[in-house]
Amino acid sequence: MRSATQTPLILIADDSEMNRAMLVEMLESEYDIIEAENGEEAVEQLRLHGLELSLVLLDIVMPKLDGFDVLEEMNRNRWIEGIPVIMITSETTASRIERAFEMGATDFISRPFDPLIVHKRVVNTIFLFAKQKKLINLVTDQIYEKEQSSSLMIDILSHIVEFRNGESGLHVRHVNLLTAMFLRYLSQHTENYRFSGSEISLISTASALHDVGKIAIDEKILNKPGRLTNEEFAIMKTHAEVGAQMLKDLPIHQEEPLVKAAYEICRWHHERYDGRGYPDGLVGDQIPISAQIVALADVYDALTSERVYKPAFTHEKAVEMILGGECGAFNPLLMDCLQALSGSIQEELRGDNPVRANEREMRNIAEELLRHKELTASERTLHLLEHERMKYAFFASLTKEIQFEYTTATDILSLSAWGAKSLGLEEIVMDPFHNEKVTAILGREVWEELFQTLKGTTEAEPDFIYDCQIHYPEGDRWARIVARTTWSPEEPAEFTGVIGKAVDIHDSRLKLRKLEQMASHDPLTGLLNHAAAREQIKARMEVSPETSYALAILDLDHFKSANDTYGHSFGDQVLCFLAGRIRQTIRGGDIAARVGGDEFLIFLEYKQEPESVIQRIYSSLGGEYEGFRLAVSMGVSTSIEAKGDYSALFQMADSALYTVKRGGRGQYRFYDAATMEDALSEITPIDADAKEER
Amino acid sequence: MTLKECYDAMGANYEEVLGRLRSEKLIQKFALKFLDDPSYDLLVTSMEAEDYAEAFRGAHTIKGVCSNLGFTKLLASSSALTEALRNGYTPEAAGLLEKTKEDYAATIEALRAFQNTNS
Repeated sequence: MRSATQTPLILIADDSEMNRAMLVEMLESEYDIIEAENGEEAVEQLRLHGLELSLVLLDIVMPKLDGFDVLEEMNRNRWIEGIPVIMITSETTASRIERAFEMGATDFISRPFDPLIVHKRVVNTIFLFAKQKKLINLVTDQIYEKEQSSSLMIDILSHIVEFRNGESGLHVRHVNLLTAMFLRYLSQHTENYRFSGSEISLISTASALHDVGKIAIDEKILNKPGRLTNEEFAIMKTHAEVGAQMLKDLPIHQEEPLVKAAYEICRWHHERYDGRGYPDGLVGDQIPISAQIVALADVYDALTSERVYKPAFTHEKAVEMILGGECGAFNPLLMDCLQALSGSIQEELRGDNPVRANEREMRNIAEELLRHKELTASERTLHLLEHERMKYAFFASLTKEIQFEYTTATDILSLSAWGAKSLGLEEIVMDPFHNEKVTAILGREVWEELFQTLKGTTEAEPDFIYDCQIHYPEGDRWARIVARTTWSPEEPAEFTGVIGKAVDIHDSRLKLRKLEQMASHDPLTGLLNHAAAREQIKARMEVSPETSYALAILDLDHFKSANDTYGHSFGDQVLCFLAGRIRQTIRGGDIAARVGGDEFLIFLEYKQEPESVIQRIYSSLGGEYEGFRLAVSMGVSTSIEAKGDYSALFQMADSALYTVKRGGRGQYRFYDAATMEDALSEITPIDADAKEER
Repeated sequence: MTLKECYDAMGANYEEVLGRLRSEKLIQKFALKFLDDPSYDLLVTSMEAEDYAEAFRGAHTIKGVCSNLGFTKLLASSSALTEALRNGYTPEAAGLLEKTKEDYAATIEALRAFQNTNS
């Protein structure tokens, strides 16, 4: 044999020496070449070299046998399945080329020869065929291995049964072969039964289990040399039902065709066509054909083998006894079968060679594969997949993003090279959610929240966006995670993983925050401005209308004189100082704002009564700044009185403040509807509205 | 005599064949081989013996070789003859044979002249 590493061998069949010489000239540097000057010689060379040939270049018009004759011969000998053929033709008639293709030619080269085209076609054809051969071998090996191990298990099991029965080790083997023979014959010669190759193989494999129920029968009865008593026979008979029950009780594989076939065979291989069998007394074709056939095979092999209670009968004697009805009642169709096959049964059993049988099977499978073109399709799919992967890897390498993929099936988190590097992780992380480094990237709480977001997605709406801080080795940065969950194709779809990327939004987020800060805060004191405070207060009251809130509006007494005496810059310092005091005195949840000028507000929550907390705040605001004595007037209102309405709340506090101012300053007081009804505010309602709209 | 002049003399297309085979040496090697090609004898003797199947094969081979070598003129006449003989004898075959003989003679003459100036 030529080895795979040898130079490929090509046969050139053309009656014109010059044409051959030209082809040789074009190909001899890379290939070994054999020449044939007519069809007969070509067939001779094919016979000689067979599958060692990597390619045949075949002329159509040749003496002795022409190109079509050679193709026909290649089909007859099945060389065409293993050796590609390229037709050489000056024929322009499409029908002739078409005919060559139909007969299995792979390609054609037309005259005049263009060396480049000839070369390319030859290389391609040889390459593709080699690849296909390799794939077929691969698949065949795998199927072979699988078949081997499963039939091995059945062989072992049935051998155990036989061992206890004291039967020859060949009984199961023989029943198997005879069953297959009968099934094949029935398929070929009767109208009613058509079994495919795989069905035949399934039933004959299942036949090995026909006596599996005997492992539950006492060995003394099984191997008793003499006749069984009625009682013993009754026990013996249970093996059919017991075997069937065993298969029925299998915790798994109930739906396997092999198990179903074995069940029928176990239960009914002792039924008789006349209805006098056991366990169910089925009549005629109530008995599955598989069980009928195994029963016949079983009886034949029992007759022709030696048993503890009888010698072996000859083949002829056994057939005669069965046909004579001495050993049970069978389907007349099967009797015809037995008669017809009588001549070949012995040969088949003698020549039994498990390896040969398997090879035959393998050839069938390989042929089936050859007929289907799926192999080429999957090749193509693999190429496309490979291409997509390459594309993805390339684009991923270009962007500075953390790209990630997580699949539940593997429990693996994969990261783009850049992403892994910047996070200080490996590109592939197994069991990522028990990995401390991964947890530390976001922190436990953020992970938890991210999982919640993820659980909110569905197959129909698989995308989500989530902003969070990533803890890089160099420090924290804000990132936006844009991701899509993936789902299985079955119904209902199951969550299979998530793909996505984290984009750095740190800088833009900081900028936005600064703008937000600027829009809502008083630039001088850093407290909220009135508009922002109003929105927050409204929101608070809306969210929990049951809660008691108090609003205090305050201003500095004699602030005008501070400005006049020390200048505006000093006035600003005083305001900042007071703002600082306010900030210190309020609690975390309280709101403080500069309303305008020297006017501030404080919004706070209280439990039973507001008096004590207001008292505390008021007293902490007094003091002195650089020789200027701070004195504060303050008006207070409550959300209960204002019925949760902000404008009312504000006006009430404001009018209380006005009352304080009028009453000599330097104190605080609560709004009192009775005394203040007519009181005019320092800030008129019109002013208040104008401020609200600002 | 150059190879191109040889092709011109026999009414063949040198440019086409050079464009395809890309090597003057190669063309020369095969063109001169044509002098020993037995197809013409096969054609002529088979026609005389009225074995038209073999005559067809001879004409067909000449056609194939001429196509490969770019012998345009002989290719045309041998092609016509091939078709006239494809399904056995037809009355046109006799006339086409004469035309083929004529072109063959011219081709051989040009090739010999080339061979003589280059040996």
